[in-house]
Amino acid sequence: MKKVASILRYTILTLGALIMILPFFWMLSTSLKTQPETVQIPPVWIPKQLQWGNYVEAFKAAPFARYFVNSVIVTGVTTIGQLFTSILAAFAFSKLRFWGKNILFLIFLGTMMIPGEMLIIPNFVTLSNMHLVNTYGALILPWLASFFTVFTLRQTFNSVSDQTYFAAKIDGASDWRFLWHILVPMSKSTITAVTVLQVIGSWNAFMWPLIVTNDENMRTLPVGLQAFTTDAGTNFALLMAASTFVIIPMVVVYIFLQKYIIAGISNSGLKG
Amino acid sequence: MLNEKPTVKSSIKAYLYLLPMLVITFTFNIYPIIKSFLMSFYTKYDFYTDVVSAYGFSNFTYLWNDPDFHLAVRNTLVFVVGVVPLNIIISLFIALLLNKIKRFAGAFRTIYFLPFVTSTVAIAQVWNWIYHSDYGLLNYFLGLVGINPINWLNDPNWAMPALIIMSIWKGLGFNIVLFLVGLNNINTRYYQAAEIDGADSWHQFTNVTLPLLSPITFLVTINGVIGSFKVFDEIFALFQGSSGPSKSALTIVYYLYEKFYTEWKYGIAAASGVVLFFLILLVTLIQLWYSRKHVHY
Repeated sequence: MKKVASILRYTILTLGALIMILPFFWMLSTSLKTQPETVQIPPVWIPKQLQWGNYVEAFKAAPFARYFVNSVIVTGVTTIGQLFTSILAAFAFSKLRFWGKNILFLIFLGTMMIPGEMLIIPNFVTLSNMHLVNTYGALILPWLASFFTVFTLRQTFNSVSDQTYFAAKIDGASDWRFLWHILVPMSKSTITAVTVLQVIGSWNAFMWPLIVTNDENMRTLPVGLQAFTTDAGTNFALLMAASTFVIIPMVVVYIFLQKYIIAGISNSGLKG
Repeated sequence: MLNEKPTVKSSIKAYLYLLPMLVITFTFNIYPIIKSFLMSFYTKYDFYTDVVSAYGFSNFTYLWNDPDFHLAVRNTLVFVVGVVPLNIIISLFIALLLNKIKRFAGAFRTIYFLPFVTSTVAIAQVWNWIYHSDYGLLNYFLGLVGINPINWLNDPNWAMPALIIMSIWKGLGFNIVLFLVGLNNINTRYYQAAEIDGADSWHQFTNVTLPLLSPITFLVTINGVIGSFKVFDEIFALFQGSSGPSKSALTIVYYLYEKFYTEWKYGIAAASGVVLFFLILLVTLIQLWYSRKHVHY
């Protein structure tokens, strides 16, 4: 009886896993087909000859190299910038004494209730008035601070006792030194988790980059890929090749840093 | 020393630490929140000069009378109701199975979670291809069991189900991870006690697992509802920059995008954002009220 239940569990989980993996497999398989093979019925699961040339062709069919560089710049600067502003602010909220601390904290908690989509219109107006539309500035500036990150880091900083802080101060460490030499290293795993989640979020972001870039040269990968669908038309092999190289970098990040991603998400679950 | 009152010096110092974050959030979060509420009352607005020449409620009356907006609200609700409960049931089921097995649990979790890290736009191109009416994989499978091809993306009756299926597929992993956290936190002694009392596995599930899991279920529901209310990327990518056949996948955020970006009607777009905010607030409050009665902490 126990054995039957166990076999049943593995069967269901395997079937489910196949459904989850199928779109990825189908993407890779299609990306390596000749055009006649893509529309063959019954479907060709593994192409006779792998058409690696599709990747080269897709890469040249649109300025994907440029999109890639844009995505790397936007993701990199956003993540590092946001981490920097958040670490400083989280430290202040966790360990420093100042007027208006509770009110400020409550205001920020309140802003987390607001759907970000509402802010798109005024932010677009602000950035147009600053003549920043179609620049890296527009793609990056609004995301250089995140109260969610501040909140998460503050929780972790709070778990480092105030005694540790005062002991360090008595030993003559300045706040700045304490923050970067003691608090940050002690919170390494949370910081890694928020960093990885931010990298994935920035890399995959679509609506905002779509709105602030009409210039082809400023597109990020997802926006560029969406624009490419019109050019690719019914050439599904090329379209799947292009989709693959948008997806691959984050899959690599995921495979290497899975532990932190899962921990980051689990953490948000524990708090709730 | 721990509970000392802030001094001028300590406050100045703290604000220096807060400064970078404050500058960004005031410019790009706090100010726009106020501004977007104000904007929803702008009836004559020159965006180039940022000059408002008239205020009023006409943006809201426009929404009240616009059949497209009614459709957007309806579609959004259909999407929420279509995605959230199914997603929760399936992910809880998978999490329960994963929690019981010993070997390969990690590998399975890796696979189920994979869609979460992938670009919505890119994976929607793949689904667009899977849904293809003539050469798509899905219609091929349906054909094997004798179901006629469905025109998933061009038939107004099937566009929303297509969107829902893809969204569930993409969101499962996130909820599975949260449910696994919840299941791990349940003390095994509760199950031992239930077993001594003679409870079978179904009763253990309904009387031990479900009640003890309710905080996580609550969190997953709130997350899911709020996220689904804001659906946009999936639609834009799956229907190639349109709101689906006969606007069958027009949602509130898509409506906002169209009014703002293609029609340049800033006031109306802002008003639809305000409506979205109040809808989300309302649903959140209802869930909070419900959770007070039914969530066991």
